[in-house]
Amino acid sequence: MPDVVFMLLFFFMVTTQMRDTSIMVQQRIPQATQLRSLQRKTLVKYLYIGEPRKIEEWGKEPKIQANDVFIQPKEVIQWVNQEKSTLDESERDQITVALKVDNETKRGIIADVETELRKANARKLLYSTNLKSGEF
Amino acid sequence: MPRPTPDIPNASMADIAFLLLVFFLVTTTVANIKGLSVGLPPPPEAQQMEDIKIPERNLFKIQVNSFDNLLVEGEPWTGTNDQLTEEIKKFILNNGADPTSSDSPQDAIVSYKTDRGTSHRKFIEILDAIQKAYYDIYAERVGVTNEKWREIASDPEKYKDLYDRGRGKLPDGKLEIPMNLSIAEPTQVGQ
Repeated sequence: MPDVVFMLLFFFMVTTQMRDTSIMVQQRIPQATQLRSLQRKTLVKYLYIGEPRKIEEWGKEPKIQANDVFIQPKEVIQWVNQEKSTLDESERDQITVALKVDNETKRGIIADVETELRKANARKLLYSTNLKSGEF
Repeated sequence: MPRPTPDIPNASMADIAFLLLVFFLVTTTVANIKGLSVGLPPPPEAQQMEDIKIPERNLFKIQVNSFDNLLVEGEPWTGTNDQLTEEIKKFILNNGADPTSSDSPQDAIVSYKTDRGTSHRKFIEILDAIQKAYYDIYAERVGVTNEKWREIASDPEKYKDLYDRGRGKLPDGKLEIPMNLSIAEPTQVGQ
């Protein structure tokens, strides 16, 4: 009996998701076929872009979320440097930025972010997508 | 008289094993990071601002407007994305055969231009079609499937030989078939 209880305990401990960031923008991730996966997950930093979930609070304009806050495109450089400082010195230039962008977001804001990423010298980019299923 | 050896209770062994199994099953399924991988050009100020004239024939122009309509080589595109992939492949591997298409894979550049009002969905859709053309070519050169090629490209150190052969690495470090994909700054019509 105690084993069973422990097991249940463990089960719930493990399955309870501990999300370090709660995503505050819409995330309908686009689909593609030519997916590549990344080997070094520690080198990947996320930016979430989309319409805010709470429209009444943040408005309808797409926003950029980094960690737990919304940032402006020009703050991206600062964010990159901050993220780079969490990495090992030798790995800093290998940082990869994964852009998790909502389907309906317009190219404009994404291009602004890309320009800033170029300036920040974080030039490895991954557009996060799901595998397109069916249709074949 | 020897004392009886104490027994370790082993009734719960199966449970413990099962528990460990579950634990590892759950912890190893880390969310996979998957997506379309691109490299950005160097920062704008670092680039020399000289105008390099690229002959028209070496450019494969794809434009998308703010209504997600497609213009390929100046003509409205009505085909499917698979047909677009085939067109790009033909363009890259032309090798001077057709005087209106590319000189060589090294010179061939796929120019992809969107508008600020283009949706991300369309952008990804077309980018997917362009990358498929290149990955298909590489995969075919080493005789593997497109899927296997992407696995190779994700871990070039492990499959160095195949990776270099697929892209045709020359002794001077250049590639026979580089992925010359130029994603231009979007135009300002929409949004």
